[in-house]
Amino acid sequence: MTNIPETGRSTRVQVRLVVIQVLVISLLGTLGGRLWYLQIREGDQYAKEASGNHVQQVVQPAVRGSILDARGVPLADNETRLVVSASRTDLMKMKDDGEAVLTKLAGVLGMKPEDVMTKVRLCNAETPQPCWNGSPYQPIPITDEATPKQALQIRERAEDFPGITAEPQALRRYPSPGKANTAQVLGYLSPVTDEEIQQAQDTDSPYLRSDMVGRSGLERQYDKQLRGKAGVTRYEVDKLGRVLGQAESDPAEPGANLVTSIDSRVQRIAEYELNEAMKEARKQHDRNTNRNYEADSGAVVVMEAKTGRVVAMASNPTYDPNAWVGGISAKDYAELTGKKSNYPLLNRAIQGLSAPGSIFKVIPTAAAIKAGYSFEGPYNCSSSYSIGGQVFKNFESQNHGAISLGRALEVSCDTVFYALSHEEWKRDGGNKPKKNPNDWFYKTAHQFGLGEETGIDLPNEVTGRVPDRQWKADYWKANKDAWCKYGKKGGSYAEQIAYENCLEGNRLRAGDSVNYSIGQGDTMVTPIQMATIYAAISNGGTLYNPTVGKAVISPDGRTVKEIEPQAHGKLPTSKKTLAQIDEALEGVATRGTAAWRFGGWPQDKIPMHAKTGTAEVYGKQTTSWFATYTEDYSIVMTISQGGTGSGASGPAVRNIYNALYGVSEDGEIDNKKALLPEPQKTLPKVRTDGTITSPKIAKDFAKEFRPSPSPDAEATTPQGDDPADPQQAGTTPSPENTNRDTRRGRRRRGGGPGRGGGHPRRRAPRPGAARPERTAS
Amino acid sequence: MTGGVNSFQVSGYGPERAGWTRVFARDGLARRLDWPILLAALALSLLGSLLVYSATRNRTELNQGDPYYFLVRHWLNTGIGVALMIGAIWLGHRGLRTAVPLLYGASVFLILLVLTPLGSTINGAHSWIKLPGGFSLQPSEFVKITIILGMAMLLAARVDAGDKPYPDHRTVLQALGLAVVPMLIVMLMPDLGSVMVMVVIVLGVLLASGASNRWIFGLIGAGAAGAIAVWQLGILDEYQINRFAAFANPELDPAGVGYNTNQARIAIGSGGLTGSGLFQGSQTTGQFVPEQQTDFVFTVAGEELGFVGGALIIGLLGIILWRACRIARDTTDLYGTIVAAGIVAWFAFQIFENIGMTLGIMPVTGLPLPFVSYGGSSMFAVWLAIGLLQSIRMQRPMSA
Repeated sequence: MTNIPETGRSTRVQVRLVVIQVLVISLLGTLGGRLWYLQIREGDQYAKEASGNHVQQVVQPAVRGSILDARGVPLADNETRLVVSASRTDLMKMKDDGEAVLTKLAGVLGMKPEDVMTKVRLCNAETPQPCWNGSPYQPIPITDEATPKQALQIRERAEDFPGITAEPQALRRYPSPGKANTAQVLGYLSPVTDEEIQQAQDTDSPYLRSDMVGRSGLERQYDKQLRGKAGVTRYEVDKLGRVLGQAESDPAEPGANLVTSIDSRVQRIAEYELNEAMKEARKQHDRNTNRNYEADSGAVVVMEAKTGRVVAMASNPTYDPNAWVGGISAKDYAELTGKKSNYPLLNRAIQGLSAPGSIFKVIPTAAAIKAGYSFEGPYNCSSSYSIGGQVFKNFESQNHGAISLGRALEVSCDTVFYALSHEEWKRDGGNKPKKNPNDWFYKTAHQFGLGEETGIDLPNEVTGRVPDRQWKADYWKANKDAWCKYGKKGGSYAEQIAYENCLEGNRLRAGDSVNYSIGQGDTMVTPIQMATIYAAISNGGTLYNPTVGKAVISPDGRTVKEIEPQAHGKLPTSKKTLAQIDEALEGVATRGTAAWRFGGWPQDKIPMHAKTGTAEVYGKQTTSWFATYTEDYSIVMTISQGGTGSGASGPAVRNIYNALYGVSEDGEIDNKKALLPEPQKTLPKVRTDGTITSPKIAKDFAKEFRPSPSPDAEATTPQGDDPADPQQAGTTPSPENTNRDTRRGRRRRGGGPGRGGGHPRRRAPRPGAARPERTAS
Repeated sequence: MTGGVNSFQVSGYGPERAGWTRVFARDGLARRLDWPILLAALALSLLGSLLVYSATRNRTELNQGDPYYFLVRHWLNTGIGVALMIGAIWLGHRGLRTAVPLLYGASVFLILLVLTPLGSTINGAHSWIKLPGGFSLQPSEFVKITIILGMAMLLAARVDAGDKPYPDHRTVLQALGLAVVPMLIVMLMPDLGSVMVMVVIVLGVLLASGASNRWIFGLIGAGAAGAIAVWQLGILDEYQINRFAAFANPELDPAGVGYNTNQARIAIGSGGLTGSGLFQGSQTTGQFVPEQQTDFVFTVAGEELGFVGGALIIGLLGIILWRACRIARDTTDLYGTIVAAGIVAWFAFQIFENIGMTLGIMPVTGLPLPFVSYGGSSMFAVWLAIGLLQSIRMQRPMSA
C-alpha cells in the first residue's frame, strides 16, 4: 500500500486525509482522557453523589413523652388529632398527578380544591407559600382538624382516595390539671430550625421538618429523653420516587415519660396564693412612695427539705403554655416577649434576682460564729450604728438592748450585724486591707451556695452575686471610665455616687460591709437559692441541688431511671450553731417578726421556722421576702415591689402550709384534708401499654383549700412592723445600693462603659430568641 | 451471513470461480472484506443491545411490560442493518452511483414529509415519521448518507474522468447547494444535532475532494458566522439554548436543564474502573438518566462497566474510524475517497458529540451513538455506511 495510488491522485488529498485521521485520533483521545478523569480521578465523589441520589429516608416521628406530676397526673401530654395527609409519591404516579383525588378530598374536608393543591406542592424558589417544605417522601398533612366522620369517609372509601391517609396524630398539650399552670417550669416547644436539622441529619435521631424541640423549662432540659427516637426507613428509590427495595428500617421509639416532684395540687395553690398575695399587695398603700404597691412580679418555691425536690414552683406573671402548640401566633409572641409584657416567660424562681434583705441574716450569723464570736453575745442592739460621719439606723430606730445572735435573728436587729460586719472589716485591715483577709462574711455566703447556680434541672438558672472584694475590683475596672466621666463632686445624687465610685469603687468600704451584713448593697439572690439554704438549715446542713425531675420512665413502664437527689455542699456550720439558728428561726415564727402570721399554728405538732425580709431597691418599692421551713418542706416567697416580708407574702405562705398539712385557721389538723403531710415517696405507675395510673383531679384545688378570708385576720395589727428595712428607717444609703440593676446589666454585656449611675433598667429579651433572659427584680 | 456470501456477485474484479473457493480465494470476498470494521461494528451492536436492555428492562412505561422489548428490537434493527450492509456491498458503491440522484431525492422527500402532519415530535425535535407497528423513521439519518453520496458524485465526476486534478469552483458550489437544501429543512425541524453533523460531513467531503483551501476556510468562517447569527437571531428554540446554557454551567439548574448533564455525569463517574456490573447500576436501575437507551446509552456502559467498558466502546469505535481512514486513503478513485472520508467525518463527529455530552464536554443534542444507541433509522444508516466502506475497500486493487 503506497500513499500515491496508481490513479496519480494528488498529494493534496492525501495530506488532507492524514489531517482528518489525526483529528479523529485526537477526538477519541479527548474522550478517553475525559473518561479517565471522571471515572478514575473523581470516581469516588460521583459514587457518593449517586448513592445520595437513590437512597431516600422516610422518618416516622416519635411520640413525645409525657411530663407527669409526682402522682402521675399529666402536666404535659399529647392530644390525638385526626390528621389527613397525602402521599406525594402516590399522587405523582397518577395520570393527572392526583388532581382528581385531591379535588374529591377537598369536597370531603369542605376545603377549596386550590387550597388542597397548594398544600401538597413542593416548595422551591419560584413557588410562593403555602407549599410543602419537607421531604417529598413524607406524607404531607392537609389538615389536622379532621372530624371523625371525615376520617371515616376517607378510610372507608380507600379505593377512591389512593395515597390519602386519615390517621390520628399526637400534638403537644398542657392540660393544666386542677388549673395548675406550671408554665415556666414546663417550658415550651417550638419548631426545629434548619441548623438543627442539618446538625442532626447524620445522627441516629434525625429531625423532621415538622419536629418540635424543647426551648425552655423541662421540655428543654429533658428534651432528649422526652423526644424519643424517630424511626428511619431507608428506601432505594428510582427517579420517580418508586421504591426499588427497602434497605434498612429502624422503628420509631416513643419518648420516655418524665415524672416530676411537682404536686399539681400544691402547684395550683402556690400559683393561686402568689397571685392573690400580689393582688392584695396592690391594694396596700406604700408610705415611702406614697402610692399603692405595684407587686409587678413574684415567685414562690415549695421544696422538700430533705431532698431538694421541688414540689411547687410558681412565677408571676404567667402565661398559657398552650399558646405555643401548633406554632405561636405573632400576636401571642409579642404578648409574651414584648417590652410591655413584663416577660411572663421568665421563671422568676430561678431567674429573678434581687437583694435578699433580712432573710440573708442566717449567713452573717453563721459567719460571725466562724469568725470567733459567740452565739450568746450579748450584742448591743442599739437604735443606730455610726461609722465616721455616717449613721446606719436600726429599723424604726428600735432599741432592743443587749441580745444574743438568736434574738437578733428573731427581731431582725440590723445594728448587731452592722457592728459585727464592721468589726470584721476593720480586722481585715479596713481601708488598707491585709494581704490575706479572712472575709468571713463573704466566704460564708459562698459556702452557703450564693453567687453560684444551685444546679437545678432547669435551663438558664442565674447565679446571683456575692459582692466581695474580687467582684468589687472587677466591677470597678469595667465601669470606672464611665463613672469618672459622669461623676461630679457636689452634683446630683447620681453624680455624687458616680464620683465616689470613680474614686474608690474598687475598694470594699466600711459602708459596703455594713449594708452587705443585712442582705442589702450589691447582694443578689434567686428564690431557689434561698429555698435551698433554708432547706439545708432544716435538714441538718446539706445543700441539695434542687430537682424537678424525679424519674424517667420508659413508655412501656419497664425501665425506671430515678433521678437521685444530689448535694452540692454542706453548710459551714457546726451542729450546735445550726441548732441555735434553727431555734432562733422557730422563735421568728412564734414570737418574732413572723409570729403575727402564724397565729394559731400547731407549733407543737408541726414546728414552723421562718425569716422575713424586706429588701430595698433603689428607685423602686421594697421587695417582700419570706423564707420558711418545717421538718419536711421549705417555702420561699418573694414579691417584687410588694411591701414587707411578712406583710405581703405571709398569708400566702401560711395558706400553702395549711393546704400541705391540712391545718385549718384555728390550728386544727385534719389529715384527710392534708394534701401532702409528708413528701410523695412512691412513683406513679406506667403500665406496659403506656397508660398511666393517676388520681382524679378536682377542677380547681385552690378554691377548695382557700379558707374564706376572715375579716379578723385582715384587721390584725402586726406586732410591730417588719423591722427589716434599713432604708425605711432613714439610714444614709451607701452609694452601692443605688444602681444595682444597671450595673448588673452592663456587667452581663461584657462590662462595657455605661452611663454611670443611670436608672435601673430591665433588659428586653433578644427579639427572635424566645429564650427568657434573666432579669432583675 | 456467510450463507449469503456466495450468492452475490462482486462486480468488476476477480476471475469467475465457483462457490466457497471463490469466496476464500486470494482475491475472494472473505479476504477482501474488512474484518476489523465488521467485527467491531458487530461487537458494538451486541454490546449496545445489552446496554439498551439494562436501561429499559425496568422502564415499564416504555417497554410495554416486556423487559426484552428493546433488546429484541435492537437485535432486529442490527439484523436489518447487516442486511442493508450486504445489499450495499452487493450493489457496490459504484453500482449505487447511478442511483444516487434517486436516493437523494427520496431522502429529501422524506424529510419534507416530516414537516407535514405525518411527522411527529420527540424531545422537542420534529424529526420523526410514525410508521405502523410502533416503528418510527428518522429520515435525517439517511440524509447524512445521501449528502455524502451526492456531493461525492458531483465532486468526483470530472476528477475521476481525468479532466481535472481538483473539483472547480462551479462543482463545489453545486455540491454545496446539494447539501444546503436538506440541511435547511432539517434546521426547520429543528434538529440542531443533525445539522451540526451535516456541516462536519460537508467539511470532511470538501477536504477529501481536494477542493481549494479557500473553500475550506471560507466554509469554516461562514459556519462560525452562521452559528453566531443563529444564536443572535433567536432561531434556536428555548430548549436548545437552555441545553447550551446548561453545558456552560451544569449547576445552573440541577433539577431542570442541567439535570441530564448532571445525572449522566454522576452515572459515569460512579462507575469507577470496572463499574458496578452489568444490570447493577443504581443510576440506571433508578432511571435517573433520561433517554438512557438512546442518546445517553454511553452512561449505562460508564456506570455498569466502568472505565474498562467505556474505553472498550471508544476503542471499538476507534477501530472503525481507523479502518475507514485507511480505506479512504487506500482507494483508487476520488469518489470512493470522498465517500469514505465523509463517513469518517460523520462518525467521528457524532461519536465525539454523543459521548462528549455524556461526559460533560459537549452540549446536549439529540444524536445517537452509532451501533450502540437504540434506534432503527440510526442503526440502518450506520450499517449502510459500513456496507459502503466495505464496498470501497473491495473495489480497490489488492496491493502486495
